[in-house]
Amino acid sequence: MQQLLTTTLSGLTLGFVYAAFALALVMIWRSTRIVNFAQAPMAMITAYVALVLIDAGYSYWIGFAAALLAGFLLGSLVEWLVIRRVDASNPINPVILTLGLFIVFHSLAALIFGSRFRSFPAPFGLRGFEVGDTTVALTGFGIFTILAVLVAVGGLVLLFRFTDVGLRMRASAFNPEVSRLLGVRVGRMLNLGWALAALVGSLSGLLIAGGGLVHPSYMDPVVVYGFVAAVLGGLDSPAGAVLGGLLLGLSLSFVSGYLGSELVAMAALVVLMAVLLVRPGGIFGGIAERRV
Amino acid sequence: MTTLTVQGLTVDYGPVRALDGVGFEVPGGITAVLGANGAGKTTLLRTLSGLVPARAGTARLDATDLLRTPAEEMTRVGLAHVPEGRGVIAELTVEENLHLGALGARAARRGTASRFDLTRVYELFPVLGERSGQLAHTLSGGERQMLVVGRALLAEPSILLLDEPSLGLAPRVVAQIFALIRELVDRDGLTVLLAEQNARSALSIADRALVLGLGRVVADESAAALAGDDRLRHAYLGA
Ligand SMILES: Nc1ncnc2c1ncn2[C@@H]1O[C@H](COP(=O)(O)OP(=O)(O)O)[C@@H](O)[C@H]1O
Ligand SMILES: [Mg+2]
Repeated sequence: MQQLLTTTLSGLTLGFVYAAFALALVMIWRSTRIVNFAQAPMAMITAYVALVLIDAGYSYWIGFAAALLAGFLLGSLVEWLVIRRVDASNPINPVILTLGLFIVFHSLAALIFGSRFRSFPAPFGLRGFEVGDTTVALTGFGIFTILAVLVAVGGLVLLFRFTDVGLRMRASAFNPEVSRLLGVRVGRMLNLGWALAALVGSLSGLLIAGGGLVHPSYMDPVVVYGFVAAVLGGLDSPAGAVLGGLLLGLSLSFVSGYLGSELVAMAALVVLMAVLLVRPGGIFGGIAERRV
Repeated sequence: MTTLTVQGLTVDYGPVRALDGVGFEVPGGITAVLGANGAGKTTLLRTLSGLVPARAGTARLDATDLLRTPAEEMTRVGLAHVPEGRGVIAELTVEENLHLGALGARAARRGTASRFDLTRVYELFPVLGERSGQLAHTLSGGERQMLVVGRALLAEPSILLLDEPSLGLAPRVVAQIFALIRELVDRDGLTVLLAEQNARSALSIADRALVLGLGRVVADESAAALAGDDRLRHAYLGA
């Protein structure tokens, strides 16, 4: 019973982080039909921004806010400098490009911040709550993680559903040419989409880093998990990405808790292959195939 | 009243010359752009609204140089373009499609003096009001055409470009929509450039007609004169 609860709670916490990362991937896929392989190192860079500020004596929250802002700006910059210049008529071009960015950001981080492991603080306790004489695996930082992702997802839902900018962004993603004819500055909207996606990616990077160690590759496993979560959700559906992330976090936590932690990465890939083979449109059926 | 003036407009798609020195003037009212499939009607409209670059020529909407205006600024200079295939954004609701149109209106055109607001569009097309919360992909072809016309009107255009609005619609629906367009022109001073293969329907509401053949203007006269010109009708309109 104790282990079941622990496994479930730690799986949920991790699931929220994967959900955020998957959501960032889906936002970019939906609007530009690009899988952003560079999203993990982009998040990694911004975690270093936070770390540098925190090490310089600023509070965790200053570092946190600066990292999110850095993520927003980095996403915008990458779209503007690189992505909009690529000829996407051949789908392999953007793949090579974001893989190239992946390597560039890694090298830059190693060059600027060094490649040794550095510990990253957490703003809340990392010990579980004690209920009677048992310890529940939900930590203060775990609760913060869940709330932070919920706030981010809620904010995006409000933005996309209930604001003019959100409507313009959705229209640009669905039909760029018609949107232009309606006076939507589509390039600007796609840029904003990249910026917001990178911000959400940064959030997941900060949540993974909190109370742990960062180094230039610390986010790389999350690429795999985030991608699996996004594919689980159908790659085109933000809600699917969030559900996919939660489901994956829970499944992997159970694999780790009951079968052994060395099997986690393999389990994720098995899930990925199973979904691609059996339900390539994602497991949450009924999500309409994108019209071409 | 808005005047569209086009001179020497030439457009190439790689080695293919789609428009070859097209010139005409639209002084208001409804001008039909007729011609067989492949004559260059869509290319003409897409070039005017900035989606296709011109190789040579000029196009002015009153004081605005259209060839130097990016497509996303067109609604703000008073030009609305309903593309071939209608351009409904299927994943958005009817009301979201309409709201998007209103967002494109230039600031000075919004508000007090507006001829077209959501209420007016729902009056013109009551079915859109009934279906305002539905996703646009649930609409029939005729309803979609009403949606895109309503959406274009919300941008408060001075000139409206329509590309084959009759395509795939029942004759009764075409008649209904064309009658409404005529009414908007007479009542609200809208100027319309109407590209159609359906010459008979287009000529029934047009003031003037321009016939394109292989990228050139082969006739430019009053709609009544063209309707009575058997030689031209046989040669270029297949009717
Ligand atoms: N995107 C394109 N690329 C190459 N050729 C095109 C393209 N669009 C149209 N064309 C060619 O330009 C000519 C005019 O086409 P179009 O403007 O679509 O005519 P219409 O609308 O009158 O049917 C045709 O010969 C057509 O094949
Ligand atoms: Mg055409």
